[in-house]
Amino acid sequence: MSRPGGPPAPAGTRPRPIGAAPGRPATRRRRRRRARSAWWLIAPAVLTMLAVTAYPVLYACWLSLQRYDLRFPDQRGFVGLDNYAAVLSAPVFWTDLGATLVIAGIAVAIQLVAGFGIALTLRRAVVGRRAVHAALLLPYGIITVVAAFAWQYAATPDLSFVSDRAWLAERWSSFAVVIATEVWKATPFVALLLLAGLAAVPEELLETAEVDGASAWQRFRQVLLPGIRPVLLVVLLYRILDSIRVFDTVFVQTDGANGTETLSLLAYDQLAGRLNLGLGSAVSVLLFALSAGTALTFLLVFRADLRQLARREER
Amino acid sequence: MRRAAWAAASLLVVAVGLVPVLWILSLSLKSPATITDQRFWPSDPTLENYRGIFGSALFTRALLNSVGIGLLTTVLAVALATPAAYALTRLDFRGKALVLPLTLAVAVFPPVAVVGPLFDLWRALRLYDTWPGLILPYLSFALPLAMWTLTAFFRGIPWELEGAAQADGATPWQAFRRVVVPLARPGVLTAAILVFFFSWNDFVFAISLTSSDRSRTVPAALAFFPGDERFGQPVGSIAAAAVVVTVPVLVATLVFQRRLVAGLTAGVVTR
Repeated sequence: MSRPGGPPAPAGTRPRPIGAAPGRPATRRRRRRRARSAWWLIAPAVLTMLAVTAYPVLYACWLSLQRYDLRFPDQRGFVGLDNYAAVLSAPVFWTDLGATLVIAGIAVAIQLVAGFGIALTLRRAVVGRRAVHAALLLPYGIITVVAAFAWQYAATPDLSFVSDRAWLAERWSSFAVVIATEVWKATPFVALLLLAGLAAVPEELLETAEVDGASAWQRFRQVLLPGIRPVLLVVLLYRILDSIRVFDTVFVQTDGANGTETLSLLAYDQLAGRLNLGLGSAVSVLLFALSAGTALTFLLVFRADLRQLARREER
Repeated sequence: MRRAAWAAASLLVVAVGLVPVLWILSLSLKSPATITDQRFWPSDPTLENYRGIFGSALFTRALLNSVGIGLLTTVLAVALATPAAYALTRLDFRGKALVLPLTLAVAVFPPVAVVGPLFDLWRALRLYDTWPGLILPYLSFALPLAMWTLTAFFRGIPWELEGAAQADGATPWQAFRRVVVPLARPGVLTAAILVFFFSWNDFVFAISLTSSDRSRTVPAALAFFPGDERFGQPVGSIAAAAVVVTVPVLVATLVFQRRLVAGLTAGVVTR
């Protein structure tokens, strides 16, 4: 499930932080006291967050350097990078990486295009906006496992009202079902965020462009796209990171059969299925590194655009 | 002409959004005899599947777990995130600029990456297959979500009113209770609904860190419904259970529509 993205943007007039108010006679002692109380307010949330994520991630790194199979606990021992060597030389890892990238790549591409179309529709729609919003929020809020079952049953011969084809019996048609489910589930999130982003493009600008003889494509390329670029990038990053860890849909629909296993599924299978905490953690850490690497690359490449979004916030 | 095209597009969006939901509803109303009739609408609707799942402890217990774990996660996350979001909006302190990026980093990591260590730790701490054993990992996504949503909402609050009330003779506590609380309530409520959606939805932690109906939530229970029918899965029961857990989502969606949209897009809207 996608998580709401992007840095919070404030109202046009952001209230000044109390401690920093220039022109207000805040003595140094008062400021320090306020900073201290700020930490008391924020520490519980931050410390809890670190305890439930940073600590387990570090522990996963430590486990990944050990031979640790719960079925043979007495053979536990430090093995350095052996688990990584084993994982990276196993063909299944590369097949699963491929499946993950196929699902994530195609799904995110369709989500962006469809989401943009829906955002434009919502911007233009005069009647039935409420109905469209409701029809978008429902897939967004519905449990992923439930969505996966709905699409699975629509792709099962003897049950389906669509076709008699056994979609989930073969690799590429299985991908099609998984991707369709992911697109159905996550496009609403993309659409709603892009719609919010479109608010930054004034209607008059589009009208002027049209009067000046710009074609629909030119209006899209030269007016709409630059206007929503920062928001588009944030949404894109969120969708990529969320899709790299795709798990629920694949687990329910194919359980990784026919070459549809993703990296999350592989890690889960090693950890919970085979109880091999060493190898499983190595896969987990690689998946984590893939996410973190994608995010960092993205932030570096699009540094300028994201700064623009942050600046827009400051206004 | 153009307007008609946009109206048709809206209609298409509504149809695509609703068809899978109606399909699972239809399956849940079909009897074992008609479930393979391959029709979209049930020809002879029956509540048999619903009677079945509500008569089985497997489902009712999972529902109780889902509701309990979801509510506790929501209360904890909002209780921790509200003061933090207040501090981020209203106070200045060293390291402030790092807090939101940190929560962002926490929000995007793959949950399966911590399943192994948590499995190991929870067994040692006897948290495996318990409610806290799920609530704690849920905080890893609930807290960032709540903090982002609340910070965005709090930045839109006219805080001057708090000072104005005090200038008019209200005590700080009165100003807080009469002015700040009503202003902040919609944001807190929205954050709470979003957090509840996320814990309601979780599957990875639910299947990895539970082993019995003591703490197994509905998504996990659905995946392990005992299968003895033709399809290896009791389709009618799964569909009925799926419909039941979609009802809260549907109600929240209809009642809090505008707030949810505002909450979701809080990150990118310039209000």
